[in-house]
Amino acid sequence: MHLWYSLVDLLLPFGWMHYAFMKNALLGVLLVTPIFGLLGTMIVNNKMAFFSDSLGHSALTGIAIGVIVGNVFPFMEIKPIWSMLVFSVLMTIAILVVKEANTASTDTIIGVFSSTAVALGLVILTRNGGFNKYSGYLIGDFLNISPSDLLTLGIVFVLVISLWVVIFNKLLLSSMNPSLARSRGIRVKQYEYLFAIIMAVIVTISIQWVGILIISSLLIIPAASSRNIAKNMRQYHIYSVLIALISGLSGLILSYFWGTATGATIVLITSGFFALTLVMKLRLGQG
Amino acid sequence: MNHSKCVNSECKTCECNLCCTKINNFGVKRSGVEILKDVNLHIHCGDLTAVIGPNGAGKSTLLKAILGDISHTGELQFLDAKNNGTTRPSIGYVPQKLELDSTSPTSVLDLFAAAHTNLPIWFSYPKRIRERVRESLARTHGEHLINKRLGELSGGELQRVLLALALDPIPHLLLLDEPVSGIDQKGLELFYQTVSILRKNYDLSIILVSHDLNLVAEYADRVAFINNKTIECCGTPEEVFTNEKVIQTFGLDWSKRFQKAEKDRVANALMV
Repeated sequence: MHLWYSLVDLLLPFGWMHYAFMKNALLGVLLVTPIFGLLGTMIVNNKMAFFSDSLGHSALTGIAIGVIVGNVFPFMEIKPIWSMLVFSVLMTIAILVVKEANTASTDTIIGVFSSTAVALGLVILTRNGGFNKYSGYLIGDFLNISPSDLLTLGIVFVLVISLWVVIFNKLLLSSMNPSLARSRGIRVKQYEYLFAIIMAVIVTISIQWVGILIISSLLIIPAASSRNIAKNMRQYHIYSVLIALISGLSGLILSYFWGTATGATIVLITSGFFALTLVMKLRLGQG
Repeated sequence: MNHSKCVNSECKTCECNLCCTKINNFGVKRSGVEILKDVNLHIHCGDLTAVIGPNGAGKSTLLKAILGDISHTGELQFLDAKNNGTTRPSIGYVPQKLELDSTSPTSVLDLFAAAHTNLPIWFSYPKRIRERVRESLARTHGEHLINKRLGELSGGELQRVLLALALDPIPHLLLLDEPVSGIDQKGLELFYQTVSILRKNYDLSIILVSHDLNLVAEYADRVAFINNKTIECCGTPEEVFTNEKVIQTFGLDWSKRFQKAEKDRVANALMV
């Protein structure tokens, strides 16, 4: 950490970068936004925006379950993050299993699960009127990121990136036509589950900083903006990661000066990028 | 069933010295409902076998069962020229369509690179991949499509790209699921011609699910008619298209036209 602090002092000798929490937040943004930009491309490709949204909502139930476990077994002190992780991964698997049964369209199934998760979470958390304690999760707080959080985040970052490198091509082929992927010896289901679980993990880990309300926008908007102007997969990914990074950095700085929620500020900037790329696309399309 | 014309039972035996693919007693059930039963097919290398039948008869299901995409009973055997070995054949598959919208930034090169390499295609392409893809596409006359987005392609172009992908590497068995719509007549004929030439050049066994009976009559070596969950009739186009059940399914008019066309063709051949 000391190395990082002195590096930031050297490179960014500004007043607002003087505080340790800003340096932590900066590192957090540098780790989180590229992953979001990268995963977002596949989420937009597979039309899974709604799915990522429901993952965010499931976090509420995860927190609630953590509270219950904490009440029942006071000796087990678990951080909400672990119960959130377990619950979101379980819910992901449940959604996929029910989806395979083919009883209703995918968005209906996700809708059912998502609302159930929110309702269950709210019922548990609002008992005795104590919801205010948890409302911070709705908005998220990037400035509250601790060095130990950063360590977790760093490990997840490395894991997700390396997994992503290994599975990406197979996942892409599976998403375009499962039977075609099968004919080339790809175990489609395995990759589908792996991708969904990666998504669940990354969304859950980041939710305390980005906030439940807007986390899926951060996944989707950079990729959606990039899609407006990209002509192949490579450009698609490069633009998406760049847009996520630039929005993350400028959002962090602006939120410091404006005193606004960092996650929301970042998302607003990505929306700006979307508008910009849309105009570019329309003008290019005409010209 | 008219046994003199329907040679379904003959499909089971193999007395040839060529390599061949055998489908023995295939059956498919989904959620307890029987979709296919007792399907037997015997395909020689270099043969184009067309699968026809009414909508919902299970044509695409059969392809997916052969592919192993849905579970099935019965077995799939591949026998090489010496009739030894019952290894699973390597299969190339040309799907009806891809699940992507027209704005997707996936190029033809992306599609091939994703299938051939492990290095993620957003990171880098291996150096030789472009050359290999160009060679693959050349087989189906699609070299010029390499940098196009998949969403930009016409139905016929996409079909040729997918065919090129299925042929790299050259499989034992090629499965083609022809799109119901979206390809104009000219594109369709070009596709049949390409497939026909490839079959001879590479000695491929081909199973083609088709909706165009005229082209089937012209290009297929054998025709399998699927109806009522099984292959009701299997043989040469002449045999199948004069079968009563086939005539009933596709209508008398079509059959008459076919027979007339056949007569004309024979007459023309005799004149020459």
